[in-house]
Amino acid sequence: MALIRITSPHVHKPTSTAGIMRLVILATLPGILAMTFFFGWGTLINIVWASALAITFEALCIRARNRPLSFYLRDNSAILTAVLIALALPPFAPWWLTAVAVFVAIVIAKQLYGGIGQNPFNPAMVAYALVLISFPVEMTRWTAPFMLYGEGWNILAFTDTFSLIFGSWVEHADAFTSATPLDEMRHRGGLTTEEAWRASDVLANVGAWHAVSAAYAMGGVLLLYKKIFSWHTPAAFLLSLGGIATFFYIISPDTYADPFFHLTVGGTMLGAFFIATDPVSSATSNKGKIWFGIGIGSLIYIIRTWGNYPDAVAFSILLMNLAAPFIDQYTQPRAYGHKASKRGMKEKI
Amino acid sequence: MSKIFAFHGGIHPPENKKQSTRAPIRLAPVPEQLTIPIQQHIGAPAKPCVHVGEQVLKGQMIAEAQGRISVSIHASSSGTITDISPQSVPHPSGLEAPCISIKTDGQDQWIPHQGLADYRSLPPLELINYIRNHGIAGMGGAGFPTDVKLHLGDDHIVNTLIINAAECEPYITADDMLIRERAEQIVGGIEVINYLLNPTHILIGIEDNKAHAIRVLEDALRHTKLNIDIVVVPTKYPSGGEKQLVRLLTGVEVPSGRIPADVGIVCQNIGTVAAINQAVHHGTPLISRIVTVTGGAVGKPQNLEALIGTPINDLLETAQVNHNTLSRLVMGGPMMGFTIEDDAIPIIKTSNCIIAAVKEEMPPAPPSQACIRCGLCEQACPAELLPQQLFWFSKSREFEKAKHHNLFDCIECGACSYVCPSNIPLVQYYRFAKNEIRDEEAEQRKSDQARQRFEARQARLEQAVLDKEIRRKERAAQAAKTQAAKKASSETAAQTPEDNIKQLKTAAAITRTKLKKALSALEAAKADSSDNIAQLDLQYKQAEHAAEEAQKALELAESGIQAPATSVAPDIKQLKTQAAVARTKLKKAQQALKIAEDKGHDGADTLRATVAQLEEKSVAAQLVFANAETDAASSSSSNPLPALKESTDKALGTFKKAEAALETAIANSSPAAEKMKAGVEKLKAKYTEALAAQEAAETLSAPKATEAPAQSFEPQPTARTPADLKALKQNVSIMRTKLKKTETLLASAEADSEQAGELQQEIVRLTQLHKDAKAQLDAEEEGKIKAAAAQGIDLKKLKIDAALARAAVTKLERSIKKAQEAEPAELNALQTELLAAQQQATQFNNTLSQFE
Ligand code: SF4
Ligand code: SF4
Repeated sequence: MALIRITSPHVHKPTSTAGIMRLVILATLPGILAMTFFFGWGTLINIVWASALAITFEALCIRARNRPLSFYLRDNSAILTAVLIALALPPFAPWWLTAVAVFVAIVIAKQLYGGIGQNPFNPAMVAYALVLISFPVEMTRWTAPFMLYGEGWNILAFTDTFSLIFGSWVEHADAFTSATPLDEMRHRGGLTTEEAWRASDVLANVGAWHAVSAAYAMGGVLLLYKKIFSWHTPAAFLLSLGGIATFFYIISPDTYADPFFHLTVGGTMLGAFFIATDPVSSATSNKGKIWFGIGIGSLIYIIRTWGNYPDAVAFSILLMNLAAPFIDQYTQPRAYGHKASKRGMKEKI
Repeated sequence: MSKIFAFHGGIHPPENKKQSTRAPIRLAPVPEQLTIPIQQHIGAPAKPCVHVGEQVLKGQMIAEAQGRISVSIHASSSGTITDISPQSVPHPSGLEAPCISIKTDGQDQWIPHQGLADYRSLPPLELINYIRNHGIAGMGGAGFPTDVKLHLGDDHIVNTLIINAAECEPYITADDMLIRERAEQIVGGIEVINYLLNPTHILIGIEDNKAHAIRVLEDALRHTKLNIDIVVVPTKYPSGGEKQLVRLLTGVEVPSGRIPADVGIVCQNIGTVAAINQAVHHGTPLISRIVTVTGGAVGKPQNLEALIGTPINDLLETAQVNHNTLSRLVMGGPMMGFTIEDDAIPIIKTSNCIIAAVKEEMPPAPPSQACIRCGLCEQACPAELLPQQLFWFSKSREFEKAKHHNLFDCIECGACSYVCPSNIPLVQYYRFAKNEIRDEEAEQRKSDQARQRFEARQARLEQAVLDKEIRRKERAAQAAKTQAAKKASSETAAQTPEDNIKQLKTAAAITRTKLKKALSALEAAKADSSDNIAQLDLQYKQAEHAAEEAQKALELAESGIQAPATSVAPDIKQLKTQAAVARTKLKKAQQALKIAEDKGHDGADTLRATVAQLEEKSVAAQLVFANAETDAASSSSSNPLPALKESTDKALGTFKKAEAALETAIANSSPAAEKMKAGVEKLKAKYTEALAAQEAAETLSAPKATEAPAQSFEPQPTARTPADLKALKQNVSIMRTKLKKTETLLASAEADSEQAGELQQEIVRLTQLHKDAKAQLDAEEEGKIKAAAAQGIDLKKLKIDAALARAAVTKLERSIKKAQEAEPAELNALQTELLAAQQQATQFNNTLSQFE
């Protein structure tokens, strides 16, 4: 009997980082389904394409950094990043756009910082922000929900979609693309919101977006239930965005979109449940997470309403990622048996 | 039912408790060999009181408690002591520790023992000692001596007694089974503790997964008059942690770095309670305990009542262990227990569980991955720390930051490690960091101490050298004095004391000048950091000493001439010192106490006691001193008025001081306040007495008092001799220095009102003397100047010339020195110049001295 000395604890919860990542990926399924239902095969094709690229890039980097390959590849984190990028990009994004985004996310935003757990910014959002700035034309052209065409469910055939993404995109693109509701709202000219709602086709079909948001929220609630993340970030995020939107909507309903619109279009739900909750780049303590969420929610509203970009989830999250270490320093929890929580990094003298 | 206050975090590991609760508690067989460590508790190890070869009976004390925090150890069975030597003991470190080995004789024969017929008739202290002598230490956690927890002193008011039956660690069921089968023992034990601590609430905290035990306990509590609440808490690890349980049951948090007693709470493990019962009612010391033997590798998981010292292997065999599948042997629970490699290790008072685990139960930890900052650890931490941050800081050895993030509030419960998806051994990191910090601090302390020791030694050596020198000088001075005295008595028997004083004065003045010279030389040397400072320093000290000697001799002589020295009771000074010493001691102790209190140190109680004692002593000393002083003052009614006045002032000062002290004492609600009050009253009476005496004396001796200063002014006769201008000058300077000295003394003594009065008077006297001496000097000088003018010499001018000449000499001397180093050619010229200058200077001086 060879007994060895091991210090406590001797038991371990059967969780693993890979398992958590897998669960998060699974939680995106409702969103993926909804996207596919309303916007066609493009989302699925993009997810597969992005994942393949992500694994390749990740493997190359791990090899280059002389780390054990399978040990790190097994943590599923690259695939999660790829899925999130694919969901954030327009469904008919050309193949190279996805490739650039995945490269930026995996190689630059993650591995160059030291791999999993070390990245100060959410890799998917770094990638998204970069391609949004670099390729505004491709990025702002979304597919109109297929619900628009004909009667019933009538989406572009899989093969057509495939060739659209990997073939000559530019010629065919215009046939299928349209602006997003947020674009419409933003660039509505002198119209009041009321007039915009009546005038715009896109806005008339906003239901598709609502549905997709609801699907994301479902997945998010599942993760919340599974205690993968705590309620603090998403709740603070959504409540602050909703609260500010309500405030301005009450002041002037003609100028400002209603809070429901803000919460259910664009990347709000995806951001609240899948991006802002990314633990690596967010604040640590529960108190900190609340400030983090409030920051994101407020920034989204500010940029959407007064900024240059119609949607702002990526920018807001990146900005708050930047602030997370600072927030951490000032939001240490009050430890048991202490009167007050401590601040900063050192004892004050 | 009581309210429950949830604590943050916590985890729900698989319980694995059912396995070992199916069978009743069984007695483990008496092993052939018992190995009993002499330290099974926190504190000082017990001291063996048996020798090898001695026959011992079951229950006989074999090692005696020593020190405040310690408990006794008893033989678990009858037999022969075979060995007292270091053996493997159950400790996470795996180190060996002294044990007493007993070869059992199989008789298991008890030493005569008997419980207390009525423990309530015993004074609490005796009962506590009884418990200590029966070897009772905490049986749940670290093994803290129970008697210490029961003897908290008066400054800890216990309002809540918490009996810890939570038993939150997986696998362990020892307490559960104890309650199920022996609930009456627990009730009995609680009654004993209740007698000792007299708490207002008694709460039993128990997890809701022990339904059976709760029922039994409820039944048992019907038989007691005490009002005991069973608080059922939700099953969650680590609700049985002392701090967590305190929060769960009372909503109070034990302040960081403190013990529950500081917030009026005492926690006792339920097993300990039963052990107290057994000791008090049956006289059986703590020689056995219930141990859960469980795990996948034992065939019959169960609870065994095992003798302290039984090798683990015996228990494992009783529970039918399968050695082939056994992969890890854990003593304690899976969350906080430690592994053991040697199954000959004995059971001790704190061993509540042995887990013989198979590989699947406790698989080797998978390689840890990077922290993904998921925050699960934070959600699990019952101490509300940021385990993740602590991990980063520990890993990067940023211990300052780790400390700032409350590393030392981590209870090492393992909850964070348990939940970490990346399998990071977080607790191990914290243990590492804590040890590093402790080591660093110990290192720091050690070097500090070493430095202090070195400095103290250095100072001591220097002092020794000085003392030696001074003693030598003293002896020399003594010899010289006796010589001089002899000479004086033989040569001029008729020499007046005035003459003697004159001589002494000159001597004093000379030594003083020497002293000054030495001082300035020393300072100069210091300024250019010359290396003969030490030497100069010595010289200076010597000079100082000599000056003092001379001064003393002078004063002695003076006081001899003056009116008989004021008769002061000789022991007053001594008493004063004593009082002062007592005061300082008190102050020191108070400071120590404060520090200790701030740090929540265990020793605070003892310190407090010491302070109270010292306070009393100080007050007593002060009183004695004041009495003696005022007595001395008032008893010598023949004293002149100033003395009376002085004594009145003194009495007033002491009285005022005592009053102030009393006030602070009352403010601090010090126990000595009563005594002090009495003392203050007394002093007041004394003061009024003294005042009355003074007034009486004043009215009586008014004319005498006015004459007094004139009489005490002594240098007058000497001034009559006209040639003694120099002596007069010196006289003046002496007076001036004396005055200055006293003045500075006064300034420093201002706070000490007693002395200040004295000094004030001294100053007045000295000022007067100084003035007179000055006046005399002026008069003499005037005469000289006039005489000189008659001869056509301007004395002032002469003086200046002399000074100039002297300056020229020094200047030349300096340039010669320089020249010696640089330009030897010029040396000759300079030397001749110097000679001339010197001559001139001497001439001037001579002329001058003629007129002085
Ligand atoms: S081991 Fe320390 S840091 Fe980890 S959960 Fe327990 S108390 Fe918190
Ligand atoms: S649980 Fe582990 S991986 Fe998650 S934050 Fe804590 S240390 Fe990092």
